[in-house]
Amino acid sequence: MPKLARELVFPLIAVLAAFIIGGILILLVGDNPLVAYRLLLGSALSWPDGIGYTLFHATPLIFTGLAVLVGFRCGLFNIGAEGQLYVAAFATAWVGIVFANLSAWLLVPLCFAAAILSGAFWGGIPGVLKARFGSHEVINTIMLNFIGIALVSYFTQYHYKEPGPIMQTTVIGEGAHIARLGKFVPGLPERIPLNIAFLLALLCCLLVYLFLWRTKWGYEIRATGSNPFAAEYGGISVRKQIILAMAVSGALAGMVGINEVMGYRYRYYDGFSDNYGYTGIAVALLGRNHPVGVILAALLFAALQHGGIYVDGFSEHITKDIVQVLQGIIILFVAAETFFKWAVGKRLPWNV
Amino acid sequence: MLELRQITKRFGDVLANDRVDIVVKPGTIHAIVGENGAGKSTAMRIAYGFYTADSGEILVDGQVRDIKSPHDAIALGIGMVHQHFMLVETMTVAENIVLGAEPGSTLALDLKSAASQIRQLSEEFKLAVNPNEPVEHLSVGQQQRVELLKALYRRARLLILDEPTAVLTPLEVEEFFAILRRMREQGKTVVIITHKLSEVLAISDEVTVMRDGKVVGRVQTKDTNAAELARLMVGREVLLRVEKNEPKVGRPELEVRNLSVTDHSGAKRVNDVSFEVRSGEIVGIAGVEGNGQTELIEALAGLVDPARMTGEISFEGKTLNTLGARVRRELGIAHIPEDRHRRGLLLDFSLAENSILGVHYRPPMAAMAGGVFLDEGAVQRRAVEIIQAFDVRPPNPALPARSLSGGNQQKLIIGREYRVDPKLLLVSQPTRGVDIGAIEFIHRQLVGLRDDGCAILLVSAELEEVTSLSDRLLIIHDGKIAGEVDPKVATLEEIGLLMTRGH
Repeated sequence: MPKLARELVFPLIAVLAAFIIGGILILLVGDNPLVAYRLLLGSALSWPDGIGYTLFHATPLIFTGLAVLVGFRCGLFNIGAEGQLYVAAFATAWVGIVFANLSAWLLVPLCFAAAILSGAFWGGIPGVLKARFGSHEVINTIMLNFIGIALVSYFTQYHYKEPGPIMQTTVIGEGAHIARLGKFVPGLPERIPLNIAFLLALLCCLLVYLFLWRTKWGYEIRATGSNPFAAEYGGISVRKQIILAMAVSGALAGMVGINEVMGYRYRYYDGFSDNYGYTGIAVALLGRNHPVGVILAALLFAALQHGGIYVDGFSEHITKDIVQVLQGIIILFVAAETFFKWAVGKRLPWNV
Repeated sequence: MLELRQITKRFGDVLANDRVDIVVKPGTIHAIVGENGAGKSTAMRIAYGFYTADSGEILVDGQVRDIKSPHDAIALGIGMVHQHFMLVETMTVAENIVLGAEPGSTLALDLKSAASQIRQLSEEFKLAVNPNEPVEHLSVGQQQRVELLKALYRRARLLILDEPTAVLTPLEVEEFFAILRRMREQGKTVVIITHKLSEVLAISDEVTVMRDGKVVGRVQTKDTNAAELARLMVGREVLLRVEKNEPKVGRPELEVRNLSVTDHSGAKRVNDVSFEVRSGEIVGIAGVEGNGQTELIEALAGLVDPARMTGEISFEGKTLNTLGARVRRELGIAHIPEDRHRRGLLLDFSLAENSILGVHYRPPMAAMAGGVFLDEGAVQRRAVEIIQAFDVRPPNPALPARSLSGGNQQKLIIGREYRVDPKLLLVSQPTRGVDIGAIEFIHRQLVGLRDDGCAILLVSAELEEVTSLSDRLLIIHDGKIAGEVDPKVATLEEIGLLMTRGH
């Protein structure tokens, strides 16, 4: 089997199986699965709203999927994308508020830098802890999620809150706004928040690919992830790679802040993330830890997420929770891949 | 006892077994030898029901039997001990032995009767193990005994052992052979799969030789010798002795003074060791495995935290102690590690990517855009060079290292380290798990490197290898240098005593 086909088999099986099992569940609840799926996917792929929103929802998932991917490739499990993106989104808004009067030429790069650097910082902390003390990144990233989310909540509430009942900051300067794609794409209204950050996400896929597979730094990160003992033997500092990978991972997660703050709400809105950080884990897994796979998986998850809203409104029994069921089954099957490989692989020739 | 008739087995494009006939007589020790990939394990796994043959038949005690699963094989009295033990580390010996054949009723596990039965078996065959000991506390040799007991407990009359000595120290091998002889005396039949000729000659009664999936020879052990077996296995004449000239020794390259290394638990693994290696000579270190060789080589290669070392390591007069692996490589120190899967290779990486490990960060590999981007062309060229010069097969730089046989993986590593033109080569177990044909090649490469003026420090558990390759031989015992001998005149007994007693 050619390499590409081999890479696609398991994700496709996972998605297909999820839709079949999901269909059975829908039947049991009393709805017609075909109608439900037409509603789900049809609304996600309609022009312009469906496609516009699907791509908008895919944007943060591409960033977090890439973030988790970079960690995985170094043998690290970054569960902290959620905290990293919150910290970064707040930092982006903070720069946008404090330097609100600067021109776009200055403010946009400044806000970009705020998102990337703050994300890298928050992701780098567990990297340093692991490299220096050997404490496990899974524990530390989870704990830093709580700390990060609570911290930015506090700053929102007590220092930058817009008066009123909503937990959100005041707005950022006009100079920090980035264009919505509706401005350039005929037929796509500007009310749809799909913005430049989506193109940035695609660019990041390319950059992550080049970084990991074409540079010496990427080689060292992947070598560390593949076999840290061999990497050390080859003169690679495993500690440095751990810190570098976590920082890059955090920076990618942090770029969710660009989409959210600079392209969508123009302010920091507390609790904005729809579990983007955690869904990013599923996106990376389903995308087989490859940038192209991440794009495809992010699109699928975004389409489900957006279509789910319509399922809620127009079907009799099932609710948008069906989307979570589908996502759950997909994740289950992707996670079971190792098991399948093992069960099937026992009888394959290369195990002689 | 066991007979395979015209067994054929195909895996995809590979014909693993081609009309294989093997006859194992009852009450004998039967060796099946062949290079890696010759099909010996496949044939035995078919006999054990792990695979089913595409065609051919299996006879047990003269009757044609249909063996569909290991379960069927066990019922017929066939047991198999795999190369990698299948034991649950946290369980006790008794629990492991009864696993899958638990005595007592469905709910109540009767471990007491099992334990007494195990004691009886271990006395009968002199397989001393404590049934109540957790397996994780046992040495590798003891774990192997548990595997043997597991098969005996299931009333195996025929035991198939896949590369049983690969994990044992020389002393353990001796004990293990004594166990096999005792089993033969008690009427058991033993099939031993191996590629170590000295062991075949020492233990077996009959030998079946396989090559490329076919049986190419059946001989009585007493009528054959190592040279004939090697020729049958490889298909051509093989030089078993290393041919080398007198060394042209130059100045000292590596000097080690009072080096001690402690491990993570604080135990001294290397204890006050001093020696030097000069250019143009091979200094061998012989010793029973686990006597500090690993730690010594890793300390010299820069893979041990300097805080766990005392003493001095100097290379061409320069102190190395605090320098990392990268700097040491830049100075001209290459390293062929003892465990190629753990240290030597990135198994998921391609051969091309593996061929640049250690030099990946500098020109000509990283030359584009200010030395950040890898130059794919240069990487490919280097890989092809190494693959050709060291006859790595299959010669495809895009294949993952995992897909190669052990011998070819080793050739890739040796080629990679050779390619940097080292002044000092640290080499551990260069031919472990490597076919005879490749061993000869690797030995010639090492001698060639020495003749070009490289200083070589060689650690090997194969006494024959270390004595025939080395110009000087140090014996290590319990982390200390127990003595130095001239490998040309020292006897194996003399070396063996130093290895085991330390004086």
